[in-house]
Amino acid sequence: MALKKSQLTIGATHSERVIENLARTQLVMYAGTSGDYNPLHTDDLYTKEIAGYPGVFAHGMLTMGLTGKMLTNYVGDGRLKKFGVRFTNQVWPGDSLDSTATVAAIREESGEWVVDLTISTTNQDGKEVVSGTATARIDA
Amino acid sequence: MAKITFPVEASHIMMFARSVDDPNPVYHDAEAAAKTEVGGIIAPPTFPQSVAQFDPDYFLRPKHGQKWFGSAKGPTGITEKPASSGGLHAEQHFEYHRPLRPGDVLSVETKAGTTWEKESKRAGKLVFSERITEYRDQHGELVCTARSVGVRTEKPVAQS
Repeated sequence: MALKKSQLTIGATHSERVIENLARTQLVMYAGTSGDYNPLHTDDLYTKEIAGYPGVFAHGMLTMGLTGKMLTNYVGDGRLKKFGVRFTNQVWPGDSLDSTATVAAIREESGEWVVDLTISTTNQDGKEVVSGTATARIDA
Repeated sequence: MAKITFPVEASHIMMFARSVDDPNPVYHDAEAAAKTEVGGIIAPPTFPQSVAQFDPDYFLRPKHGQKWFGSAKGPTGITEKPASSGGLHAEQHFEYHRPLRPGDVLSVETKAGTTWEKESKRAGKLVFSERITEYRDQHGELVCTARSVGVRTEKPVAQS
């Protein structure tokens, strides 16, 4: 299910709702698989009383992983060459996130065709939580 | 930093995919994955970060015989100021040479990059530091390079 060069146009977009009503348990699952057990993500008491935040919030890498789901659904499995993001705002339990990829360029790189994408993930209030770029191999 | 050995395993990939809410069969169903372009189970794009599981000294994991800074009887299990207080993830970048597959045994090395400072309205003085991580496979081939930027904030990020 790879993208084809002939089917892509600059400015074309692909969007997905990547999480609905983010559960605290999802943060626990992510801590368990990633190995990042920072209490900021699973321990409300510590996060409120010691760290000074309103409560636990998502690992940046969970938001990147959710964004990556949109990306691989769009470009196909094993097609990514680059994927990079900045974490611009925190993601909280109860958030619903939408991720969008926009075609920025279609070009040749080391003998194969690639697409450059700009990426944005926003929450239910339209606030951007992740911004980034990706490059993926496409079919000629 | 010491080299870390990171064995890539199918059950870890399956659980990781669940933890990023990704039901794509290519991450858990060997039969379905065999019929795809990649020809078998692969790992999701952000999976390389799970190398933390295999770092014996990773500081964000409770360790046998050591006090943990998260809550227990009280809001923190230590008396001094927590070492990780104020540390957040600012940026993450991956460059992929091929997908990771179950059975790969990666050799992973992290080097410190540059550090820089910035003033912010929402969190006071910010200190950024970069880490570059190279993932090599059992044949010594570079399969993935990661660049991570962490930030220490002077105070918690103000919520707008």
